[in-house]
Amino acid sequence: MSKADTHRTDAGRQFGPLLCLQELSKAYPGVQACDQISMSIDHSAIHALLGENGAGKSTLVKMIYGLVRPDSGSMSFNGSAFAPAQPRTARAAGVAMVFQHFSLFEALTVSENILLSLDDAQMAGIAERIRGVAESYHLLLEPGRMVGDLSAGERQRVEIVRCLMQNPKLLIMDEPTSVLTPQEVDSLFGTLRRLAGEGTSILYISHKLEEIRELCADATILRQGKVVDSCDPRECSAEQLAEMMVGTSIGRAGSKQKMRDRILLRVAGLSLENSAPFGVNLSDINFDLHAGEILGIAGIAGNGQDELQGALSGELPVSSGQCQLHGEDVITHSSSRRRKLGLLTAPEQRLGHAASPDMSLTENTLLSGTLRMKLAPRGIVDWKHTRRFATDIIEGFDVRTSGTQAAARSLSGGNLQKFLIGREILQKPEVLVVNQPTWGVDANAAAAVRRALIQLADAGSGILVISQDLDELLEISDRIAVLSAGRLSRSLPTSETSRTEIGLLMAESQDATS
Amino acid sequence: MNELGSISPELLVASVMVASTPILLAGLGELVVEKAGVLNLGVEGLMIIGAVCGFAMSVITGSVLAGVLAALVGGALLGLVFAVLTQYLLSNQVATGLATTLFGLGLASLIGKPFIGVRPPEMPRLRVEFLSDLPFIGHVLFSHDPVLYLSLGMTLLIWYFLRHTKKGLILRAVGENHDAAHSIGYKVRQTRILAIMFGGAMAGLGGCYLSLVRVPQWTEGMTAGAGWIALALVVFSSWRPLRVLLGAWLFGGVTVLQLNLQAAGVGIGVAYLSVAPYVVTIIVLVLISANRSQRLLNAPACLGRSYYISS
Amino acid sequence: MLRLEPRAQPSTLMQATAPLLAIVATIIGGGILFLILGKNPFESIRIIFWDPLFNEALVSYTRPQLLVKAAPLVMIALGLSFGFRAGIWNIGAEGQFVMGALAGSAVGLALHPMQGIWILPLMLVSGIAGGFVWAMIPALLRVYFRTNEILVSLMLVYVSYKILTAMVTGPLRSPIGYNFPESRSFHDNPSMHNSELIAGTGIHWGIVITGLLVILCYYVMRRHLFGYHVNLMGQSNKVARFAGVRINLVIVVCLGITGALAGLAGILEASGPAGKLSPHFPVGYGFTAIIVAFLGRLHPIGIVLAGLLMALTYIGGELAQFMLDAPAAAIQVFQGMLLFFLVAADVLVNYRVRIGTPGRPTSGAREVTAGSSS
Repeated sequence: MSKADTHRTDAGRQFGPLLCLQELSKAYPGVQACDQISMSIDHSAIHALLGENGAGKSTLVKMIYGLVRPDSGSMSFNGSAFAPAQPRTARAAGVAMVFQHFSLFEALTVSENILLSLDDAQMAGIAERIRGVAESYHLLLEPGRMVGDLSAGERQRVEIVRCLMQNPKLLIMDEPTSVLTPQEVDSLFGTLRRLAGEGTSILYISHKLEEIRELCADATILRQGKVVDSCDPRECSAEQLAEMMVGTSIGRAGSKQKMRDRILLRVAGLSLENSAPFGVNLSDINFDLHAGEILGIAGIAGNGQDELQGALSGELPVSSGQCQLHGEDVITHSSSRRRKLGLLTAPEQRLGHAASPDMSLTENTLLSGTLRMKLAPRGIVDWKHTRRFATDIIEGFDVRTSGTQAAARSLSGGNLQKFLIGREILQKPEVLVVNQPTWGVDANAAAAVRRALIQLADAGSGILVISQDLDELLEISDRIAVLSAGRLSRSLPTSETSRTEIGLLMAESQDATS
Repeated sequence: MNELGSISPELLVASVMVASTPILLAGLGELVVEKAGVLNLGVEGLMIIGAVCGFAMSVITGSVLAGVLAALVGGALLGLVFAVLTQYLLSNQVATGLATTLFGLGLASLIGKPFIGVRPPEMPRLRVEFLSDLPFIGHVLFSHDPVLYLSLGMTLLIWYFLRHTKKGLILRAVGENHDAAHSIGYKVRQTRILAIMFGGAMAGLGGCYLSLVRVPQWTEGMTAGAGWIALALVVFSSWRPLRVLLGAWLFGGVTVLQLNLQAAGVGIGVAYLSVAPYVVTIIVLVLISANRSQRLLNAPACLGRSYYISS
Repeated sequence: MLRLEPRAQPSTLMQATAPLLAIVATIIGGGILFLILGKNPFESIRIIFWDPLFNEALVSYTRPQLLVKAAPLVMIALGLSFGFRAGIWNIGAEGQFVMGALAGSAVGLALHPMQGIWILPLMLVSGIAGGFVWAMIPALLRVYFRTNEILVSLMLVYVSYKILTAMVTGPLRSPIGYNFPESRSFHDNPSMHNSELIAGTGIHWGIVITGLLVILCYYVMRRHLFGYHVNLMGQSNKVARFAGVRINLVIVVCLGITGALAGLAGILEASGPAGKLSPHFPVGYGFTAIIVAFLGRLHPIGIVLAGLLMALTYIGGELAQFMLDAPAAAIQVFQGMLLFFLVAADVLVNYRVRIGTPGRPTSGAREVTAGSSS
């Protein structure tokens, strides 16, 4: 029996607060990330920390984990003062953390990854310890495997096992479900409830309201760095929680008109071999996209989403298959030629893929608008015309910025995304492929982006929305298919499907491959 | 080919080992640096600084050991300059590496001016009774200087360090994903600075082996691209220490063969023979880079990227 | 305690001032260097930076020399600036310079003693071709095998040195040169000689061509889509690929431009100021041009200013050798130091230096991607 296990059975249930925060503040240049935050987390509680992107959740937990030092305020942990100067100190006190973007090393093995966060452990015997802990929580894990070869769910198991091996009193989970299938979420919740039952407190960070209502008994809500409310989420409706979180109620994206029959884009037998380390291959992708339709592609990131976007845009060479735009096969066309014909894309990664970080908005307009907007006739750039187009985007999509000369990286995530989506939409695409259109974007900007996509579809364009956010897809798309391990499932009309069914589709295509 | 017959095979093997030692040392150092995620293109400059420091110090003091120490310190100090620029001032690693090379070459010829034409004290050889007297084996394996044995020992030591120790694991983690390493609580910058200084010291040692043992004298620009070949060696090895050794022997072999052919007066122009090490380097680089996926898997993912952390 | 704080966007002011700061720091560092060497630092600095420009006794020689030395540096740096902007690190311009000189000279010497106004242009074209072909080796290896262009282009410098030696001791050796390892002098044949156009000014065809190239490069970088694509690639290949840039083509063109310009500079130098080929013909212009390109911020106008400054240090260095008995290598240290200070000063473009309490800095962790390739 493992060390971790004995610890847990010994620990009786205690009551009263485990962690108290008093008036914690932290400012960054130009922004007060946390403003006098006070809250407490009880022993054995699953406590939700709720807030939008940029509300200060991440900064707050980084202070608890010793990654960021507060400017002012104090903390106490288990009854004694607590001011960790580095993660090592926090870990020694009993705080463990599962990061939103996994802090794992792809080219290292599971054992090596776990070893790195155990301050006292040495290499010998680590594999056995991992197996022991993993088995006692029914988490399947093979210590010798390379993390880069693991799925998102498996990677999260690595993170969780890594935390469990530190025998934590407090486990912090930062947006843990964003990369999981609905079924994986259920099993994660099972693990968390069991841990809480054994005496571990859990600080659960999320902006997914239904999840929090299901799992947590306490919630603290942050908005713009301040605690605005606390409640028992089981007794609140999702709408109430949303209003506390955002401050105002957000309009839904609006309804769509009926879809038309004309096929704009037909993808048949598309396969792609990825040469990058740990890259995903696409195999035999088939779908039709009609005029005026939004086709949603659900699935966890890292299952071929970027590859699909790249294959359609022409950035990645495919090994076989067809991609017909208006009946013309464009699969051998360069990305410029596809763009000219009306096939536009908006990649997931904004800075460094869709936009050039250090360049101005004008220069970034030229990036994808050169051909369709005729910004560089005969290769000579017409900067005046380009600047005018950039201004049109900024005005048309309510982009908050100091002007067309602002560098792309100076914009907030939401504003940049509005600019980038606007850049493609104003080029009047026949087909628009968007990958994770609202990832890391605040709720208002996200709603604006969704509305714009629906309007574009209503105007007759075909839109392929690749997104991890199932709620988003259920809201805006006409049909939904699931991309998993590089394979695309059959598509289902949104009106006739449910979360569970899509979850099953995810699992189904995974089983088919493994 | 009776000219070739006059080259004694045992002398040949022994001189290959000597010829490969400078690039082996520099290559091992750079391997550690790159494993930590830093691309230091200044190896050529570090080597020649080591060459001149080692040479000057051993001539002045008459002690080879003092020379070797000076080379280690000189290389590490110039490495520290590179480290401060790239880690604290976040300068572009390629440009800074080039600056290190240009600065090192200039500074070395400045320091070396009074030492042109001087003979350095000889490095003692390790002789083991009985073993060194063995025919062939004795000459090939047991009659070298301590630095050569040290370079072989370092190969094993670095291999063991990277693969089997926690400190080595941390170094690899920093090179693999500096954000993750930081969020677990490891000191990215400190790890990298230490790695760069180690790499500098190793390159310096390699340089002084050139000026004290291999040549042995001081001439301007005497490294003649050895630092760049050491960089190529790291790529060739796919970041594996034991393959650095293999590569070093290969390049050492080509160099020695080429010199012997020149000496034997084979009917090819001297100039054409002397391009062999460089051409072989290019060919090997091409062969290695053609096999891409294998190479990328071993390459540290953060190689060459600056890292900014709050102080 | 000093700390760095990231700027929301790169500072244009600092882009212009960083090189000036670096120059000031180098002058101070250089003074200290001369002090260590036992020379009067103020006198040394005056001799290097002031006398070549304003000392009445010297200017008739030094001012023309300034242009003569700056022209090849600027020409090579212009070519390098395209590649460096795109993140393609051709550091073998020195080799392309030598091969251009060799190819051009070989054509000229083969035609000797023929006369004709077409001979020099033909030599220049061959020089361009020589440098271009030499640069195509790393370019094509990079494109087809993803071989690191830094190492290949650098190895080829050493190969070019060896070929040069082989040539001037073999086929190109002067028949009237008493077996010295050097070629026939280009001054012997007016058709091969890249002579001074206006007496006493040092202006030769290379300077005229360099001037035209500066204007052309400025236009291409500012207005042509190619210049934009080069800049995009420098930001990231992913962005460039998304924008539809044909990355391999840009790699080949960038290396091709550098090779062609370095080759042209090589033959202009050989047929003009150097006058002949010998193993001592390459004096490191190809490497110094790297400093010129960076110091000039990869901008054509900046490169002209930087080229003139570097030429000044060459001439000033010669004067210092002559007048103070300072070692020749001192100027090399000087140039290396300049590049060090420059990369250090660059931090100010993207970061602000704050003197602040260590308690409340900056966001947890952020990363900047330095231009690096493969």
